[in-house]
Amino acid sequence: MTSVALLRQITDYANRADPYPLYAELRKTPVVRDEDGPYLVSTYWEIHHLLHDPRVSSDIRNLNPEAAAMTPAQGEDPNLPPTFLKLDPPEHDRLRRLTMRPFGPPHTPRRVYEMRGELGEIVSGLIDGFQGKQQIDLVDDFSYPFPVSVICRLLGIPREDEPRFHAWADTLAASIDPVRGSAEDQEAQLQTVRQARADLAAYLAGLIEERSRSPRDDMLSAMATGHGPDGQMSPVEMVSTAALLLIAGHETTVNLITNGMLTLLRNPDVLQRLRDDPDLAVPLVEELLRFEPPVQLLPQKTTLADIDIAGTTIPKGASLWLVLASGNRDPQRFLDPDRFIPDRPDNQHLGFSSGVHNCFGAPLARLEAQFALTELVRRLDNPRLVQDPPPYRQNAVLRGPRHLGITFDGLKP
Amino acid sequence: MSVDGSLDRLRREGHIVIVGASLAGLRAAETLRDEGFTGALTIVGDEPHEPYDRPPLSKQVLLGRVPADHTTLPRRREVDAQWRLGVAATGLDMAAKRVHLADGAAVEYDRLLITTGVRARPWPHELEADLDGVFVLRTSDDAAGLHHRLSAGPRRVLVIGAGFTGSEIASACRERGLDVTVAERGSAPLVGALGGVVGEVAATLQREAGVDLRCGIMVTGLEGDSAGRLRRAHLSDGSSVEVEVAVVCLGATRNTEWLASSGLGAGPRGIACDAGCRAFDVRGIVTDDVFVAGDVARSPHPLFGYQFLSLEHWGNAVEQAETAAHNMISSSTDRRPHVWTPSFWSAQFGMNIKSVGVPPMADEIIVTQGSLAERRFTAVYGYQGRVIAAVTFDQAKWLEFYQQQIERAAPFPPEFTTVDRRPEGMHPVPAGFPDPSLPSHGPTVTLSGHSPSDRRISFTPLSA
Ligand SMILES: Cc1cc2nc3c(=O)[nH]c(=O)nc-3n(C[C@H](O)[C@H](O)[C@H](O)COP(=O)(O)OP(=O)(O)OC[C@H]3O[C@@H](n4cnc5c(N)ncnc54)[C@H](O)[C@@H]3O)c2cc1C
Repeated sequence: MTSVALLRQITDYANRADPYPLYAELRKTPVVRDEDGPYLVSTYWEIHHLLHDPRVSSDIRNLNPEAAAMTPAQGEDPNLPPTFLKLDPPEHDRLRRLTMRPFGPPHTPRRVYEMRGELGEIVSGLIDGFQGKQQIDLVDDFSYPFPVSVICRLLGIPREDEPRFHAWADTLAASIDPVRGSAEDQEAQLQTVRQARADLAAYLAGLIEERSRSPRDDMLSAMATGHGPDGQMSPVEMVSTAALLLIAGHETTVNLITNGMLTLLRNPDVLQRLRDDPDLAVPLVEELLRFEPPVQLLPQKTTLADIDIAGTTIPKGASLWLVLASGNRDPQRFLDPDRFIPDRPDNQHLGFSSGVHNCFGAPLARLEAQFALTELVRRLDNPRLVQDPPPYRQNAVLRGPRHLGITFDGLKP
Repeated sequence: MSVDGSLDRLRREGHIVIVGASLAGLRAAETLRDEGFTGALTIVGDEPHEPYDRPPLSKQVLLGRVPADHTTLPRRREVDAQWRLGVAATGLDMAAKRVHLADGAAVEYDRLLITTGVRARPWPHELEADLDGVFVLRTSDDAAGLHHRLSAGPRRVLVIGAGFTGSEIASACRERGLDVTVAERGSAPLVGALGGVVGEVAATLQREAGVDLRCGIMVTGLEGDSAGRLRRAHLSDGSSVEVEVAVVCLGATRNTEWLASSGLGAGPRGIACDAGCRAFDVRGIVTDDVFVAGDVARSPHPLFGYQFLSLEHWGNAVEQAETAAHNMISSSTDRRPHVWTPSFWSAQFGMNIKSVGVPPMADEIIVTQGSLAERRFTAVYGYQGRVIAAVTFDQAKWLEFYQQQIERAAPFPPEFTTVDRRPEGMHPVPAGFPDPSLPSHGPTVTLSGHSPSDRRISFTPLSA
């Protein structure tokens, strides 16, 4: 099979429900490329090494012209600077440090921890809303609204504006999908994405402006007023960072929770174990990140120099796709990789990536998934899947069900 | 061995003795049980405490964040051992396979593991060392005492020696708002371990944090008042400083005296062993039943020209202990070499410093990422055209890549482009290590190409 065939199959919707046999095929050639496609890297150690390799750049401006022509435009707003996700050190480090100041250690070590109470409330509220129903769509009724509410509260977005956020986030996440339709479709889609980005940016700019005048205890206020050794973010940097947190902190957690519930319903013994022992949630979520990672692959890396790896030389300026979900099932790294083992030892998965770009929101995502899954299995009486596999979303990068129908016999208090 | 079943018997019902109840000792004991050793296990330690962790002693403990007696090492598993704590081993009879203890008892062994580590080198003038206010920092008792004294708010603290421990103590003092003077014989802090180029960065950090740093200077004497309390320190430039507390950070001495007449190749530089952790006797012949691990061991490393490395690194103690334990109960073909790539970390002045490889072996250095001026950088060390070490200041996430470069003997200077490579970092410069023929208390790594024998090694103790 040629690599282009593999590539097409990865993006082919027909394989969305179960891409893992394809990844197994891919791993036979750890680094593979076709004449003008990107280099696909599918084995654990190779991905791991490349994520820690300072010759690998996240800044697509370093792509060579041919590779750049192959990379779909994503409706970037030319008026906003790239987020730290798409920058290299030192700019990446500076922006990430500035964003970390109000979010995590060492300056704000308790921000995530102190959200526990609120997380619990939001989860309970959403599950209470299932009352009187026998069937829910987990995605629309739970997995979506939950992280949107959380990220809005974290940033300090007024509750009444949450629905608008939902719509913007939806549009922008879809734009990360590497698959393109016809030229007209593409143009139309780009148009929508640009509009959403501009609307979101205008909204955030207004809010940041307001918060810099009357700060509260939220991240936008802290970003707008905080001062440290790195100085402060510029207003446009704040807007693009806030937009990044919204999208990244949202589209991923939706899939983590939905994939989690799907996996539990497919493994009733594990579901029962979690019900009996809520502490199992901690290792279970790690295993989930290995087994069904919400970010399946990183399509935005490029090489600053020729890199020799696994017998292949990846030339300078090449486009690199790191297939995290495949590395997570690499039998060279994980024993019995296709089995879901909720308390798997030595579980250094790639679900949050690794190296300087490892997931910024990981502590929050973990907590959200732990809360969500524990409460769902505790309160849903005899939950069952309506359809397996469920319908998936088009996106091959941020992979997850579009709907997850669950029936149940009742709700526990 | 396994042919006649004796190895099986050892694994089932043999007696293994570990002398040294700290990091290496505990991890070895756990590994023995993990790997199926069901015989008797005795662990002898001269400190009265359960095995505890030392790195926090010069960091969190001095800052008052963790009490000194709260650094007990987490147990990975039950070890089911007889613990003889608070009793030193005083002698070894290799022929009779017996360890003598300070309380007059003796324990016999089938296999012995020595993990007696090092102790802080004391202030060389005994009377001055006994002054109230003079400290060293190696044990949790040392840390408790020093923390107590720092909490009383002394007017000025003197740190003698700016290696890693000294620098961490100075950092903790500043963080507590205490005035501190650091006296360092070398040209900069950390110069013995990381060289002059990186040492200059450390010096800037210290000065910016308000440390009264004096380099190229020795403390010549400590003076007390009539009640025996430290009052003043005299320096080699003729000046003196008024101090109430002095912390002596002049490196460490191996705990090998108890082996003096045992016939084991044990001396002031440690106990030499082969790459499989088996100790050498004084004749240079490897023993079958005596193993060593941790700070007290010196073992040849193939990656570094088979030189005998003695490393005072936490990670080394853990990995060497695991290897030693495995080899103790394995047949010769199943044994593993200890080919750990040296690495350690340090936290000081808000900086996370990490190192891989053997920096003091290097002749040149190049900054490959970040910048010295920003104090966030990766520096690569070269030795005869190959990469031999790398050090990061607040850039630890790249270190793994450089470790691979070291392990593959990649060419130095590296020619590739990287993210965050700056124009000023493009050229290699001399690494700036002190002349190795001069005695120094700085390095945490000592290298020697010589075969071990305590009688032949001459050791020049530091004269302050
Ligand atoms: C303050 C401090 C900070 C440190 N920070 C770092 C750091 O940041 N990073 C890093 O990599 N490393 C650090 N280290 C080094 C690290 O702690 C050591 O490498 C590690 O403790 C070595 O373990 P060990 O078991 O070999 O020896 P030790 O921990 O020295 O243990 C040896 C034990 O044997 C006992 N003993 C000695 N003689 C006898 C005898 N005759 N009979 C019975 N028992 C005996 C000793 O009392 C001691 O309890 C630090 C060390 C100190 C002191």
